Order: sequence, then C-alpha cells, then structure tokens
Amino acid sequence: MPASPPLLARDVHKRYGATRALDGLDLEVSPGTVHALLGPNGAGKSTAVNVFTTLTRPDSGEVRVAGHDLRRSPRKVRAAIGLVGQTSALDEVLHGRENLVMFGRLHDLSKPTARARAGDLLDAYGLADAADRKVSTYSGGMRRRLDIAAALMTRPHLLFLDEPTTGLDPRGRNEVWKAIRRVVGEGTTVLLTTQYLDEADQLADRITVLGAGRVIAEGTSAELKDALGGDRVIVTARTPDELARAAEVLGGTPDPETLQVAVEAGPSGGAAAMVAAIRALDAASVDVGGAVLRRPTLDEVFLHLTAESDEPQTRGAAR
Amino acid sequence: MTVQTLRHGWILTLRDLKHWQREPWTPIVGIAFSVMLLLMFGYLFGGAIEVPGGGDYLPYLLPGMFTLTMLFGIESTMGAIADDTKRGITDRFRSMPIAGVAVPLGRAAADLANSAVQLAVLMAGGLVVGWQVDGSVGAALLAAGLLLWLRLAMLWVGIYLGLALRGEGALMSVQILVWPFGFLSNIFVAPETMPGWLGFLAGWNPVSATAAACRELFGNPTGTTGGVLADHAVALALAWPALLLAVFVPLAARAYRNLAR
Ligand SMILES: Nc1ncnc2c1ncn2[C@@H]1O[C@H](COP(=O)(O)OP(=O)(O)O)[C@@H](O)[C@H]1O
Ligand SMILES: [Mg+2]
Repeated sequence: MPASPPLLARDVHKRYGATRALDGLDLEVSPGTVHALLGPNGAGKSTAVNVFTTLTRPDSGEVRVAGHDLRRSPRKVRAAIGLVGQTSALDEVLHGRENLVMFGRLHDLSKPTARARAGDLLDAYGLADAADRKVSTYSGGMRRRLDIAAALMTRPHLLFLDEPTTGLDPRGRNEVWKAIRRVVGEGTTVLLTTQYLDEADQLADRITVLGAGRVIAEGTSAELKDALGGDRVIVTARTPDELARAAEVLGGTPDPETLQVAVEAGPSGGAAAMVAAIRALDAASVDVGGAVLRRPTLDEVFLHLTAESDEPQTRGAAR
Repeated sequence: MTVQTLRHGWILTLRDLKHWQREPWTPIVGIAFSVMLLLMFGYLFGGAIEVPGGGDYLPYLLPGMFTLTMLFGIESTMGAIADDTKRGITDRFRSMPIAGVAVPLGRAAADLANSAVQLAVLMAGGLVVGWQVDGSVGAALLAAGLLLWLRLAMLWVGIYLGLALRGEGALMSVQILVWPFGFLSNIFVAPETMPGWLGFLAGWNPVSATAAACRELFGNPTGTTGGVLADHAVALALAWPALLLAVFVPLAARAYRNLAR
C-alpha cells in the first residue's frame, strides 16, 4: 500500500463574497520535499494555507493532510502539522525559551520533554544566546526562526510557512533560508508560500505557480525556467535614432518609451547572447548607452504563464 | 470538558500571569484608575448627591465602584483577545490540537484572578477612607462572589467582542460606550432620583442588580425605598450574569471557530 502523501488537495474552492480566493486548487506534496506555492499578492496563497491548516473552511473540494480528511478529522490534521503564519505568532513578553516550552506543553509534551526539545531547537536555530530574553527584543530574522522552532516542537509531518521571508532584510532572509533547509534535513516536509521566484528557486524541490486561486504551472525550478524562456539582453539607447538602428541589428522589438530593446537569449545562455549582441552592434558601428543581462521578472513570468494558461493545449505542457 | 482541556487552559493562564509579573504596570494602572475614580466621585461630587432612604453617599458609592470595576474589566479582556488575534498567535492556537474553549478558558481564569486582586485593593482602600461593612462575614463573602460572578460574565462579553470586532476603532468604541452603560445604572446615583424613563432603564441595567445586592449584603445604604430591584437584588445579581453567560459563551465559541481570515 503506498503511503498517503503529506498533502493532497483536489478541486478546492473558497469564495469571499465575489472574490474567488481559491478557484479549483489542486495540489500534491511529496514526502520529504520542500514545495513552494509561488504567486503574487492576492493569488490565494494564504487562503490555501489557512484551509490546509484548518483555520478556514473551504466551500468545496477534498483535502487530506497526512492521510486525514480535513473535514472529518480536523484534530488529527492539527496534530500532524506545524504552522508559521504570515504574521508572527509568538508571545512578545515571554522569553524565547518560554514560548517554545508553552507551545510544547500545549502539544501535551511533559515539562522535561518540552524543556529538552526547546533547548535543542534553540541551539539548532542559532537562538541559544537570546533564549532567555523577551521576544520583543528579537530582530525580524530571529523572530521568524523562533516561529519556525515553535512549530517544530512536536516534529510535525508537514510544516506550513506562509511568506516566511517577506519583510526581512537580506541577512534575516539568509538566516531563515538556512533554517528551512535544516527543517527538511530533519525529515519534515515543508510547504512554503512566496512571492519571490529566487526564493522558490533556492529552496524548493517543486514549485506550484498560483494565480487567481488556481494552478498556472507546476514543476521543478529547471522545468519552469525552460517553460518561461531564459535570460534576455536589454540594450538601452540614448536617442530614438540609435534605438531604431540597434533594433535593426539585433532583431528585437524596440520600446520607444524606455529606449530599450530586448533580445531573448538562446539555448547557449545569457553570457553568449550578451557577447553576440555587443559584437553585432560593434560590427555595425552602432553606439548604445549600455547593455545588461536580465532574468525575466516575476511580473513577466506571470504575464507569460497567465497568457499561456488561457490556451488549454499549452497549459498541459507547462504542468 | 476534559482534564486535558483544563490543563491547556491552565498553561495559558500561567502565560497571562507571567505577563503581569513582567509588566506589572498594566494591572497597577488599572487599580490606580479605579482608586482615582473612587476618590473623585466620593469626595468631589459626594457632598452634592443625595441618597434616597437615607445614609451617607460614600458607603452608598463604594459597592457601586466595585461593580463599575467589574464592568470596566470588559476592556482589558477585549484588548488582550484582539491583540492575540491580530498578532497571529490565536491562529497558531487554532491550528493546534487543543479544544476551542481552552484559549478563552485560560484568559478567563487569569482575568478573574486579576480582578480578585483589584477588588481586594479597592475594598482595603474603601475601609481606609471610612467605608464600613455592617453585615455578616458570610454575606460579605457572598457580595464579593457576586462581583466576581459579574466579572465572569463581562469577561465572556469581552472575549466575544475581542474576537468579533477587530477593526482599529473597535476597542475605543467599547472604551467609550462602557461609560454611559456604567452611568445609566444605580452605581453613582439612585434611579429613584432620575427622570422616570431613565430611572426605569437604570433599574434594569444588569450592573444595577449587582450593586444593589452588594449594598444590601455589605449593610450599606441601598438608595431605594422599594421596587423589584430592592426586593430581589441578590436573585437578580445571580440571574443577570447567568443570562449574559448563556448568550455570550456560545457566541464567543462560535466566533473563535469561525475566525476565518
Ligand atoms: N477574510 C477575507 N475576506 C475577504 N476577502 C479575502 C479574505 N481573505 C482573503 N481575501 C481575498 O482573497 C484573495 C486571496 O487572498 P490571499 O489568500 O490572502 O492571497 P495571498 O496570500 O496570495 O496574497 C484576495 O483577493 C483577498 O483580497
Ligand atoms: Mg498572503
């Protein structure tokens, strides 16, 4: 008998008034992986997490978490998961250690067990020095790590992280990334939501792109990048005349407003495309203001994927 | 209710008690505020207020002030609940395998303990400024019990409001509205001296029952010369909070389950 996946969602719908926050969401998370739900603000990421963690009741659809039906056995689901929500869920007045022990005790760990586990987690997540200080003195990154540790007190099967690095500075973000990698190392499956392509790229084994409450694309980071097209060379001209000539040489479509022309890099990669573009401009004696190599932005990715999902035949290919 | 739920509630009570231990100015300011009100009404306005049926104003006022303090407890309960909900800690509790009532239960026990201390300080302060208890010890203890019984009902009203109203202005609106609610009662002025319809409303204010019962049990001036409230004060002081609890405990439980954000 195959073990049931940590999370299995079929055709989940949730409306808020006229807003379809979830509009037929399908999702399957494999054990021992980091799965990213990637989507812009308002895509339905938090609603999905709230439904999976029993906080919000879906209008319809089937969800099984760690093999338990969400509607029939919500308590069993709760015992199997950990949640790190979008807003910090810590007691600001209590110390870091006291927070962990309290959540452990609420999970019915004995006092010595809760203390021992809290000590281990504080060490593991680099909070040992701050363990006996009020949480209100913690930095954003420390709070998030304590939040994660609090959700791990009972070694859940599945840990939900809703935008764990939004609002953190680069250092805090790196600390949290390290923490998330450690979580998977200990055998907990992770479902995280993010607005950042590079975050999903860095952390996730599998990425589901969410737009307007439904799945737009799904795959590994490499698969998605192939589907999206790779780097592009952006050449910026100084005058409209220069722009026209550069566009002619490079074969791209000029944008008269930004005075830029973009060229997609082929299979040989971004660096090669950059060299080729500069050579071509030089050979034709076209002077330009500058040239940069750029990945498609998340906005472009979404535009691209949303346009694609309107055509049913390509949608299947992208998934 | 299972032993497990009670234990979870107790763990959460300890959390709140630790807050007061770490940041004691919150309860201290609460107590100082009641003492200030007591002094202000007792000495500033006391001389000008007449008590029907005879007696001094100060011993009339004190049981009313105890009652008012219980009523004002709504604010601190509501504020604490709304704060947890805003911070996301309530969501974490809701995603854990603990019974829905454990969280409000923990809050209730902690706030009740806080109010008991507040009440003891106010009573001691009252005795210092000349308040006297002219009843039996049993009657006085019953009066204290009725006050905490009212506080328990106000607690659940506060829990419900804290869960249901989460807008920025909600807490402030409640902070403002408790004043007319407190004034439109027998706490400061006897309803018999009010215009007819105001006196009628004041008589049927739930807090009036508790204040009237406490005056009777402490052996203080009651400020009435008859009527339903005078005849059945203790029964009403038991019944009103029971009614409020019957309404607001289920409402709060439902609001907690449906906190879909
Ligand atoms: N409690 C709610 N009431 C009304 N609308 C909501 C509520 N929660 C979410 N929404 C709406 O549902 C959509 C999805 O929201 P959300 O799941 O928070 O997106 P994300 O987390 O991806 O930013 C948005 O349009 C949002 O405005
Ligand atoms: Mg969100």
